Parts: sequence; C-alpha cells; structure tokens
Amino acid sequence: MLDLGVIWRNLPFLLVQGFLGFGGFVGGTLRLAIPAILLGFILGVFVGIGRLAPQAWIRLPATVYVEFFRGVPLVMVIFWMWLVMPILLRTAIPEFGVALAAFVIFEAAYLGEIVRAGIQSVPRGQVEAATALGLGGAQTMRHVVLPQALRNMIPSLVTQFIVLFKDTSLASIIGFMDLTKAAQVVNNREIRPFELYLFIAGVYWVCTYSMSRYARRLESRLGPA
Amino acid sequence: MNYQFDWSVLWTGQSGQWLLAGLITTLALAACAWLLAAVLGVVSGALRTAPFVPLRLLATAYVEFFRNVPLLVWMFFWYFGVPPLLPRAAQDWIFAHGLEFWAAVCALGVYSGARFSEVLRSGIQSIPRTQVEASVASGLTVFQAYRYVILPIALRLIIPPATNESLNLLKNSSVALTISVAELTFQTRQIETYTAKAIEALTAGTLIYLVLCVSVASVMGWVERRTAIPGLITGGRRPRA
Repeated sequence: MLDLGVIWRNLPFLLVQGFLGFGGFVGGTLRLAIPAILLGFILGVFVGIGRLAPQAWIRLPATVYVEFFRGVPLVMVIFWMWLVMPILLRTAIPEFGVALAAFVIFEAAYLGEIVRAGIQSVPRGQVEAATALGLGGAQTMRHVVLPQALRNMIPSLVTQFIVLFKDTSLASIIGFMDLTKAAQVVNNREIRPFELYLFIAGVYWVCTYSMSRYARRLESRLGPA
Repeated sequence: MNYQFDWSVLWTGQSGQWLLAGLITTLALAACAWLLAAVLGVVSGALRTAPFVPLRLLATAYVEFFRNVPLLVWMFFWYFGVPPLLPRAAQDWIFAHGLEFWAAVCALGVYSGARFSEVLRSGIQSIPRTQVEASVASGLTVFQAYRYVILPIALRLIIPPATNESLNLLKNSSVALTISVAELTFQTRQIETYTAKAIEALTAGTLIYLVLCVSVASVMGWVERRTAIPGLITGGRRPRA
C-alpha cells in the first residue's frame, strides 16, 4: 500500500541535497540548471548571430554546429563529454563540470535557433535606420536589433529553459546527485519506487508548470513587438 | 593528447553485431512508442478543442502533467514504480516478456503523446472555427465533423512540427538506456566498456543517430510535399532535422 511516510522521512535529503544541492555530495538540480541556462543562453546568442553572419567562415561552422547537435541525443553528448573530455584535457573532470559543459553546448544549438528566429523577426528597416544614423554593425546588433529580438523571443526562450530544466535530470546518469539521483539513492534503501518517483515528478512539475504559467503571462503582457 | 586511435574496434569482435542489435532495438522502441504517442496525441489533442468540458479537462490534465516532468523520471516510474502494483499474473507475464522494453515504450509513448497533443491542438486551432460550424450545419455530429473534416486537415497541416516531435522521440529513446534497454546508446557504451576506445565507439553511435534523423526528416519532407493542401502558404516547406 501507499506509504507517504517514506517521503516525509527523506524530505531533507531529497530537497536540500537533491534539489538545491547543499550537503555532502556534489549535486543539486537548481545548482546545475541555473548556470546551464545562463551560459547556454550566452553561447546561444553568439551561435544565433553567427548563423546570420554575412561571412561564410562564421556562418558555416555555426550552421554545422546547430544541425549537428540537433541531430544527436543529449545522452550521447553527455557521454562524449564524460568519456572524451578527460582524454583531451588529460585530467579528471568532476561530474558537475562534465554535466554543465554538455548542457551548455547542447542547449546552445537549440537556443541559437530561437535567437536567429528572433533576430529575423526584427524589421529590416530597423537595421537600415541604425546604419543611416552612423552605428556600426556590432553597435546596431547590441543597441537596436537584440533588445527588440529578445522581446519577441521570450515565449520560445522560456519553453526551451523548461526543456533544459527537465533535461538536467539526465546528469544523474553520470552520478551527479540531482533530484532524480537522490530519489534513486533513497529508493535503493527504502524500495518505495511508486511513491518516490511520483513525488519527484510532482516537484519537477511544480517548477516547470509555474515557469510556463509565467511565460504565458509575459507573452500576453508584452504582446508581439 | 596521447590517445591511440584504433578504428578497427568497430568492425572486429562483436562491435558490429552490437551496433546492429542496438539500432534494431532503437527503431523498435521508437516505432512502438510512436504508435502509442500518436494515438494518445490525436485523441487528447482533439479532446482539448472539443466542446465537452469534463473530457477537455481530463485531456488538459494529462498533457500538463506528463509533458512537464522529465522523461527520465517517467522511465523510472514505469519501470520500478508500476509493475509492483499490477496483479500477480500480469507481473509474471511482463517479467517474462522484457519488462524494460515495455516500460520504456510506456514512458516514451505517454510522454511524447502529451507533446504530440500540443502540436495537434495548435493545428486544430489554426483551422477556422467556421469549418466545424459548417460541418455541424450540414448535419454532421461533432464526432463526424472531427473525423471527416477537422482531423484530415489538421493532420496535414501539422506535418512539419510533428516531424520535429517524432525526431525528438527518436532521440529521446536513448534515455531508455537508464533502465537497461539495449538500444543504440547502450550498445555504444558497451563497445566503449569492452574496448576502452571511447572516441571510436561514440563516433559510430553519433553517426548512426545523425543518419537516422536526416533520413526521417527527408522522408517526412517528401510526405509533406505529397500531402500539401493546395493553396496554403505552408505547403512544401521542408522540416528541419
């Protein structure tokens, strides 16, 4: 029968260690998700701008990058980082570094496509007007195009951030102590899989659902620019 | 970097047959999960736009709950959490018939069904409301209107985003390795474990995924051109891999 006490007894471990990342193990869903989202977005902006660059030597690598990572499963990318980074760098990399690198590199391909679509949604006349005012290419991008593009991108960006947040559960494959791994550890001792996995499903759901509600509110408040 | 490349590990020993077995399992898993996801997605997507409030709420609850939780959690849930709740006879049957595989099919199918549902819903909502009204005015029931008018148009409109979601399903099938389904990523790891040649093994697995994705995308591009509705702007646009 259902035994909800198992969740109550292990709540500090699941939430403080697994979800937030404070405790004896390297871990934490939030501790991985927040830097992954920030760094992935920064790299994604460069990838998105790169895909629209007039110079072929920038545009082609950016295109190959996006098409490659969109055709490969994230699990595969995590294994690449986990097994190949130590060979290349000749030193052991902690799980946190491996997972962070894999997420940033993988998600930047998806975020880059969103940034590209956002930039393309800015009317051409804006660029022409900025050029006519004497702004250079980088200045136009920084002060005119990106602020407007960002506004158009917000709904798709938040959707992708939700995907990234859910994807961080895959870091548990290489032993990173996130919420999913914490539930596995507790389950190995308590053997209460139904309750435990349903509980962490609920925790993930509360986070992602509130993010998507917030996105919908933003969307209706900002409207198409 | 002092790494000795030895690409021959991919065609000596059992590597070839492992990769082939993994590819077949990946395809079987993706195909079964796709069927389940398509049925769940079409039914729940249609119900979310239908004028029956209790069914609409049920479909919304399904979509919002399953879509917003990581697939990995669903894998563990279906693999570890559900079987103990089944009756004894069902448990015996499923343990004898490859529990991992069917748990992965359920996890991937139910999760992707919720994502398909969103695609279909936006497809249906892009069809002018007057189509339903005209169908009902000509004497069709709401069910008939969906069956003969709305769904045939919507399914043709959503081919590009549905292709994207199908490719996601194919790539997500790799998560099944966590519950030890011997699919492509699992076999890639196995080659790495046996030969200690990480770069070669991962290259082989990655290339197979890339080829799979590109082939699915081009087949669906052809399907899309064949089924394009004449006169609509969306006709003939190629989906992205």
